[in-house]
Amino acid sequence: MTRLSPARIALYMISALVLVYLILPVLIIAPISFSSARFLTFPPPSFSLRWYQQYFSNSAWMQATRVTLTVALLTVFIATPLGVAAAYGISQSKLRIMRLIHMMLLLPLVVPIIITAVGIFFLYAKVGLVATLPGLVLANVMLGLPYVIISVLAGLQSFDPAQEMVARSLGMNRLRSFFAVTLPQIKSSVVAGGIFAFISAMDETIVALFISGGQYQPLTKRMFTALRDEIDPTIAAISTLMTAASFMLVLLASARQRKGA
Amino acid sequence: MTTSMPDPSQKHQRREHALMLALVSPALLVILALIVLPVGWLAWQSIYHDGFTLENYRRVFTEDIYWRSFALTFEISLAVTAIALLLGYPVAYLANSVPKGWSILILSLVVLPFWTSVLVRAYAWLALLQRTGVINQFLRYLDVTSEPLALVHNTFGTVVATVHILLPFMVLPLYATMQKIPSDLMQAGASLGASPSLTFVRVFLPLSLPGVLAGCTMVFVLCLGFYITPELLGGGRTVMVSMLVSRNVELYNQFGAASAVAVVLLLSVLAIFFAVSRFISLDRILGQK
Repeated sequence: MTRLSPARIALYMISALVLVYLILPVLIIAPISFSSARFLTFPPPSFSLRWYQQYFSNSAWMQATRVTLTVALLTVFIATPLGVAAAYGISQSKLRIMRLIHMMLLLPLVVPIIITAVGIFFLYAKVGLVATLPGLVLANVMLGLPYVIISVLAGLQSFDPAQEMVARSLGMNRLRSFFAVTLPQIKSSVVAGGIFAFISAMDETIVALFISGGQYQPLTKRMFTALRDEIDPTIAAISTLMTAASFMLVLLASARQRKGA
Repeated sequence: MTTSMPDPSQKHQRREHALMLALVSPALLVILALIVLPVGWLAWQSIYHDGFTLENYRRVFTEDIYWRSFALTFEISLAVTAIALLLGYPVAYLANSVPKGWSILILSLVVLPFWTSVLVRAYAWLALLQRTGVINQFLRYLDVTSEPLALVHNTFGTVVATVHILLPFMVLPLYATMQKIPSDLMQAGASLGASPSLTFVRVFLPLSLPGVLAGCTMVFVLCLGFYITPELLGGGRTVMVSMLVSRNVELYNQFGAASAVAVVLLLSVLAIFFAVSRFISLDRILGQK
């Protein structure tokens, strides 16, 4: 295998090019965000924090940031317990119907998001949830549930339910034995699932485009609107911050998952 | 629960079932209320407007804009899937054939963009591809071009950015499948005198086909419903089905037509999943994220 055949060299070169293609757009944003130029010039004429200043001093961007963080946090606090309960139920029950329920809970991953978005918009229009915070949170809980469920189910797969039965035979009730025995062992996958739900809510754009408005517009909606009109380097600053936040969360989640394996 | 349990009474069993259903029900309720009900309503709205009507579907299947948009969406999705396979297969193959440390590095680079917002990447591609963008400046600097190339606000830009977003969905299932191919098989082929390329074509490639199918399905289906990228990078000319849906809602208030388009799109997606599930399990396609 050490001999470098032409095919092998071609393989290396193609793969290297593909990897450059994959990461170049992720890496290009940071230098733009720290450039003083209004328009893109490469290399950037000089270092500047003006786009970050512009972001932090703009009340509309700040309000949108608050909405995004509020929605993402509330989503995690609601979607995580619901998802853990559901994953536990699915893994411990041998009812036939559970398979169907399991599939239904993954529907948000299957239905094209644009269809979900329009459907929710029609529903919210009827019940008066358009442009409200609860409406936005509920939609993101629904979208985040599959991530929690998939992560927790994976964690439960390596957990032996007999342990919980032992705890119960020793006199603990069901709830206590879950919190004392099961939860500590699947904690990592629960945290990872919660983090994925947070990222999903933070990045969610399409549903927000349809159902959010007024003072309850998340960052992504404002960014989308801004991108449609003109290329404002402020967005590069926001993008850099968002990307940094995502990466830190993913590192946290994967460190968690590895620990729990 | 397990067979080792000492003969549980029926009453106990029933309580157990009820408890598990109770645990699942809050999540199920959210899903029913926020995706099953709205999409069901969408379907209803597409056939009912002061009485039953198939008018919306007649329009979708006969009017030019609808037809062209569906055709364009399928064409773009096919192209994106083919390109993603061509780019993704070598990367997955390399990741599978190098020592562990290297394969982790390669896979991290593949997954890295995965966790960057789609919106952020659309912005990055605009910055790279626009007339005054990085690539055009670079080409000018090298004196390759005198006029900036139109790389974005067209189908080309849409495809470049869409492949970029969907490539991880291709590489990951491919890699997962290749991992399961025993390397002895390749050695066996070699020891029997087959050239490396012959062993690849006759042994490795066929065994990696389930991964190819899983990756292609995911990429194709996700691409069918893509919205943000074509909207921001397509320049208004690349009208994909998802944009048709949103325009019918936001600009023209044509809720019936929007619903019919959405239903046709959804049925296409479900039909593809159903067809593919006869060959490989759906968990394999969906369990990637």
